[in-house]
Amino acid sequence: MSALLKVEGISKRFRGLLAVDRLSFEVPEGGIFAVIGPNGAGKTTLFNMIAGVYAPDGGAISFAGERIEGLAPDRICRRGIGRTFQIVRPFPALSVEDNVIVGALMHRHDVVDARTHAHEVLRKLDLYDKRGQRASSLTLPDRKRLEVARSLATDPKLLLLDEVMAGLRPTETDRIVSILRELNRDSGLTILLIEHVMRAVMALAGRILVLHHGASIAEGQPAEVVRDQAVIDSYLGAEDI
Amino acid sequence: MFARLFENVSRRTLVLLGVLLVGMFGAPLVASDYLLTVLILILYFAYIGQAWNIMMGFAGQLSLGHALYVGLGAYTAAALYVHFGIGPWLGLLVAVPVAALAGAFIGFLAFRFKVGGVYFAILTIAVAEFARVGFDHLSWTKGSSGLFLPVAQYTHNDLWLLRGQPVMFYYVLLVATVLAFVFCRALLKSRIGYFWLAIREDETAARSAGIDTFRYKMIAVVISASMTSFAGVIYAFYYNNLFPEQVFHISRSIEIILGPIVGGVGTLFGPIIGAFLLTGMSETLIAALAALGVDLPGAKQVFYGICLLLVIMALPDGVWPWLSRRIGLTEREK
Amino acid sequence: MTFDVYLNVAVGGLLTGLVYGLMALGLSVIFGVVRVVNFAHGEMMTIAMYIAITLFQALHLDPLVMLVPVAAVLFCLGYALQAGIINPFITRPEHSQFLLLVAIAIIIINVLLILFGPDAQSVQTSYSYDSFQVGKLIVDATKLYAAGAALAVAVALYAFFRFTAIGTAIRACADNYTGALVVGLDVKHLYALTFGLGAACVGAAGVMLVLIVDVTPSLGPAYTLLAFVIVITGGLGSMPGALIGGVLIGVTEAMAGLIFTPSAKSMFAFGILVLVLLFRPQGIMGKKAA
Repeated sequence: MSALLKVEGISKRFRGLLAVDRLSFEVPEGGIFAVIGPNGAGKTTLFNMIAGVYAPDGGAISFAGERIEGLAPDRICRRGIGRTFQIVRPFPALSVEDNVIVGALMHRHDVVDARTHAHEVLRKLDLYDKRGQRASSLTLPDRKRLEVARSLATDPKLLLLDEVMAGLRPTETDRIVSILRELNRDSGLTILLIEHVMRAVMALAGRILVLHHGASIAEGQPAEVVRDQAVIDSYLGAEDI
Repeated sequence: MFARLFENVSRRTLVLLGVLLVGMFGAPLVASDYLLTVLILILYFAYIGQAWNIMMGFAGQLSLGHALYVGLGAYTAAALYVHFGIGPWLGLLVAVPVAALAGAFIGFLAFRFKVGGVYFAILTIAVAEFARVGFDHLSWTKGSSGLFLPVAQYTHNDLWLLRGQPVMFYYVLLVATVLAFVFCRALLKSRIGYFWLAIREDETAARSAGIDTFRYKMIAVVISASMTSFAGVIYAFYYNNLFPEQVFHISRSIEIILGPIVGGVGTLFGPIIGAFLLTGMSETLIAALAALGVDLPGAKQVFYGICLLLVIMALPDGVWPWLSRRIGLTEREK
Repeated sequence: MTFDVYLNVAVGGLLTGLVYGLMALGLSVIFGVVRVVNFAHGEMMTIAMYIAITLFQALHLDPLVMLVPVAAVLFCLGYALQAGIINPFITRPEHSQFLLLVAIAIIIINVLLILFGPDAQSVQTSYSYDSFQVGKLIVDATKLYAAGAALAVAVALYAFFRFTAIGTAIRACADNYTGALVVGLDVKHLYALTFGLGAACVGAAGVMLVLIVDVTPSLGPAYTLLAFVIVITGGLGSMPGALIGGVLIGVTEAMAGLIFTPSAKSMFAFGILVLVLLFRPQGIMGKKAA
């Protein structure tokens, strides 16, 4: 498999604090790649650099063979990278349907086409029946899935998921896991996720990268990574396995 | 395209709109001269309110300086008429681009340099104030002594030069208001409309959904400024005199936005309801105070202010969202 | 015109600017803590001005003596306004707050109009035409007293926020609203207190301005705008920034009035505002947002 996303030696410094330190990795096309690590390890900073919120201080990010570091978030999205936010931010006063239509309009100019597409996406994410509700009236799990739906509606090749399972009950986690796995299998969607919920990571990821103090301390198959002594010491602890 | 405009519109709404439209088109047949001038004022504010609403209600950008666009439109058309005899409709071809440019200028500065929220609002006031003082010193438009259009007793209405009786202005404004309503509805139902609402709701999320927020905010301010300048042209030819101190004054900008806020920001009926309510309220107060024999300068405004205060405290989202629920119309555009 | 003229005008502008700065300080404190833009700020100042004028006409009290009592009256007014009317609006969108305060401003202007009529009024004190001379520099006594009092009030306010328990609690509210609620601060009371303090500032500034300008009921909006310009120029939430912004705008207006025409004064003030918004949006003394 060729790499869809290639991160080469990127760094980001905030007022002297090195949040990400010469990090490199590759996400293969069609894969599910997880980044784990303790709080403050630089995971969200990494995501924000890929999504264009800020430019890396050094290094390169390539997507589908083209350099994308430093591009604005909207241009990154139009290149084919969708994202969700750690703290969900759907458009509160808009209906569920309209939230997703906004995403669908990215590559469609006709509102009717966009609505049809939005309905498809909403069905995949079990939100179709709630399409008339205001986004602000949804429960947290629904809002998390709505964010995924809005992002998916932009037809991304790569989906960045920032802790979509956080704060969810195990049954809800399993529901999202199965939805994501289906998306990956049926449409070849590549997924890069940051996650704390190891249950979800182990169920989904084909490959895991462990971030600690902004640098990679381990990368590999899930089974290898969780047995890595450095990973256990710095992050997982024995009981999580 | 045209059929889609009526998509999701309930029968009740259509009936309401129809009655309103027939009533408004027929009104001059029965209205007294006084009532006609009040109706002209209502339409004027309904039209500009609709234009302002594009910026605030749709794209979420609070402009407190819309008098700038009224003034630019008014002065451009009036000066062209006074100096070169160019009529208002041809004058529009200059007036609208002038206002659009001013809007683009403000938008470019603000959106490029990420001036948002309250700061954006203050910037819009600042530019309008700038224009007010600037026009005071601009001799081409006669500075602070005022620009006057030649007036005569008109026996017939010249629509091409907009010289004539109030009833002509009434119909011009009525058509403009109807067109603005339809245009705004079309915008709201279009791709741009969805993007605007997304920006209004959460600009960061909108960007990450792929929306070029700078571009769409620019489109909003340019459309809004252009539409507003048309009202300015009508203003010039209706009142026939322009003073920078009056036209560009901050209180003109405030007048413009009271209607849509009272009526309901971001709704299509809000600006219209707001214009009826506020202008109606104002005129009623004048009549009531006159009937009571109260002749105090300021008394009317005190009551006006109190009414405004009560309305915003009782219905913070505006009258229309509440009213539409009461009369059983669910407005789908929000 | 010689250098002396410029210097004299500049110093006059600087002194007036300090009073402007105090007025703007009130706006800055209110916005910095309550996050509400007081669109009735200038109108509240005219209330203080008319109280001062009325007392002066009735009792011949020197405006500088009335400083504290008038500020206290404005404090109560500000407290009541925030606690009674504005508080429910602090979480509402800006345009909603704007409409509320515009309604309040309209009421204030026109009540004053009914009570005092449209004609300009002013205060003539025994020292109205006094001046001090230092070399070639001639300074109006009224402006000097007013500026001195403005500085004193500003310093007192600064000390209050810095060194008292309530001042610290208010700063905590400003930094972290939820956090303040969690540790059990009475946020509503503190907000009202802050609004009162902001009103007291503008009240004190108003009392001093009656020494310098003629008062009409419709003075309010222009001063509201002026306060905005100063606050944004100096940096929202920065107390020294408000004073520095005030001085900058005061001097600019005075010089513009001298070099160009008095009526172009505000154009320069707004020009400065636009430049600051574009090149240093956090204001001269403001901290850069993280």
